[in-house]
Amino acid sequence: MTAYLAQRFLIAVATLLVASLVVFAVLEVLPGDPARLMLGINATPDAVEALREQMGLNSPRPVRYLDWVAGMLSLDFGRSYTYSVPVIDLVAERIAVSLPLALISLVLSVAIAIPVGAFAAQRRGRAGDAVAMGAAQVGVAIPNFWFALLLIYLFAVWLRLVPAGGFPGWSAGVWPALKALFLPAIALALPQAAILARVTRSALIETLGEDYIRTARAKGLPFGAVLWRHALRNALIPMLTIIGLQFSFLLAGTIIIENVFYLPGLGRLIFQAITQRDLIVVEGVVMLLVATVVVVNLLVDLSYAIVDPRLRTR
Amino acid sequence: MDGPSITHSQDGFSGFVARALASRSFVVGFAVTALIALMALVSFVWTPYDVTKLVVADRMLPPSAAHWFGTDHFGRDVLSMIMVGARNSIAVALVAVGIGMGFGVPLGCLAAARGGWPDEIVMRFNDLVFAFPALLSAVMITAVFGPGAINAIIAIGIFNIPVFARVARAGALAIWPREFILAARAAGKGKARITVEHILPNIATLLLVQGTIQFALGILAEAGLSYVGLGAQPPMPSWGRMLFDAQTRMMVLPSLALFPGLAIVITVLGLNLLGDGVSDALDPKLRRRA
Repeated sequence: MTAYLAQRFLIAVATLLVASLVVFAVLEVLPGDPARLMLGINATPDAVEALREQMGLNSPRPVRYLDWVAGMLSLDFGRSYTYSVPVIDLVAERIAVSLPLALISLVLSVAIAIPVGAFAAQRRGRAGDAVAMGAAQVGVAIPNFWFALLLIYLFAVWLRLVPAGGFPGWSAGVWPALKALFLPAIALALPQAAILARVTRSALIETLGEDYIRTARAKGLPFGAVLWRHALRNALIPMLTIIGLQFSFLLAGTIIIENVFYLPGLGRLIFQAITQRDLIVVEGVVMLLVATVVVVNLLVDLSYAIVDPRLRTR
Repeated sequence: MDGPSITHSQDGFSGFVARALASRSFVVGFAVTALIALMALVSFVWTPYDVTKLVVADRMLPPSAAHWFGTDHFGRDVLSMIMVGARNSIAVALVAVGIGMGFGVPLGCLAAARGGWPDEIVMRFNDLVFAFPALLSAVMITAVFGPGAINAIIAIGIFNIPVFARVARAGALAIWPREFILAARAAGKGKARITVEHILPNIATLLLVQGTIQFALGILAEAGLSYVGLGAQPPMPSWGRMLFDAQTRMMVLPSLALFPGLAIVITVLGLNLLGDGVSDALDPKLRRRA
C-alpha cells in the first residue's frame, strides 16, 4: 500500500513538472515584450531595458524557468504585468468565487445523482428506470452554458427571484453571495449529475448481482436497506473515479459559466489576462488549475484505500 | 471501468444489422444524426436565406411563416444560420475525433503490443494530457495563436488522444492472449503485422463506439469554446456564438436563445443514442451497463 501511494505521488509530481515545462514553453514562444507592454508605446528604450532587467527577462530561459518554478513552490507566482500586484493576490481574490462555485456544484451533482441512480437501479427495466435514464440521457446532452441561459430567463428575468449575474462579494454577506452563486452552481451541476446518475445506476446494478446482497436479502433485510447500506458502499469505487474526473470538468466548466454570469472568478481572470497579454497571470492560473486536477486525482487514488479496506494491505 | 470485455458475435455483419435495427436507440440516434448531417450538407448548396446578407429592416423578428426560427439582431435568418452552423460543429468535432484516433490508436496499440517502458510512457503521457482539460488547452492555444476554429479543433483533438489511446490499449490487451493471435505468432508474423491484421479489426467496433461518444463531446466542447469567443469567429455562424449573441437579447426575443441550444441538444442526444445503439447491437451482454 505504501509503495502504491508513493508511486502515485511520484507520478503526480512528475506530471506537474512536465506540465510546468509545457506551459512555460508554450507561453515563451509568444510574441510581444511584457516590459514594453507594461510601459506603453511611448516608453524610451532605456526605460524598457531597465524594466526588462528588473523583471529578470534578460536572464537565459533555463534560469527564468527555474526562477518561475521555485517561485511557485513558495507561492510566489510573480507580478501581474497589467495590475502591478502579485499574481497570488489576484488569484486569492478570484478563487473565493471559483472554489465555492465548483464545490457547491460538486455537492449538488452528487446529491442529485445518487438518489436518481439508486431509484433507477431499484426499478431496473421498469417505467421509473426508463424515465430517470431518459432524463439523464437528455441531461448529458445539454451544454451547461445554454442551461444557464434558460435558468437566467426563468429565475432572473421571469420570476425575478435571483440576480441574473454579477457577484456582490462575500463582504456583502453570505446570503447575497450564495444567492448569486445559486444559478451558476445548478447550471454546472446538472450535466455532471446526469453522467454520475448513469454511473451510479450501472455500478449499483452490478453490485446488486453479488452473493452478499442475496445473503443480506435472505436474512430478511428490506430491499431499500440492502441498497443503501450494502450495495451503495460497494459501488463507491467506480463512482469516486467519475467524481474525480468530473472535478476537472467542473473547473473547466467554471471558466465558461463565470462568463455567462459575469462572476469575478479565475475563469474571468484568465480571459482578461489573455486579452491583455498578461502572460504571467495566464501561466500562474493555468498551473494552479492543472495542479488542482492532479491533486484531486491523487486524492481519489487515496480514497480508494479508505473505501476498500482490502486495498490497504496490498 | 477497466478493460472492456469483447465478446464476438457469431453471426457477423448481417446479425449486427438485424440487432441494430431492433434497437430503438440505434434507429432514433441514426435518424437524428443523419438528419443533422443532411442539414449541414444541404446548407452548402441551399439555405432559406443568405446568412452573409444583413437585412436591418427584418431584425429581431419572432418565428413566423417567412422565418421559421425568426431573425437575429442583424436581420439574418436563424434557421439558415443553424444550418450553416451545423457545418462548423460537425467539422470541428469530426477532425478532433480524427486527431484523437490518428494519434491515440497507434499509441494505445504500441503500448499493448510492447508493454514495459513504451507502455509506461504512453500511460504517463495520458496522465499529463488528462491534467489539461480541453478548455484549458484551448485557452493556452488562444493565448499563443489568437482565437479561431482551428484552435478549437487542436484543443479538443489533443484531449481526445489519451481517450483513444486508453480504449485501444485496453481493447488490444484483451485480444493479445487469444489463441488466434498465438497462431499468428506461430506463423511467424511480427507484432506490427499482427496489430494491423488482427488486433485493429477486432477493436474497430470499440473504437467506433468511443468515436461517437467523443464526437458528441466535441460538439459540446466546440459550442462552449465558440460561446466564450475561443472558437469560430464571426461572421462564420456557429451555435455557441449564436447563443452568446442571444444572451443580451433574450429578454426581447427568447427564441433567439432557444433554437441554437435545441440544435446542440438534439445533435448530441442523437449521437449518444447512436453510440448506445451500436454498442448494444455489437454486444448484447453489455446492454445498458454504461
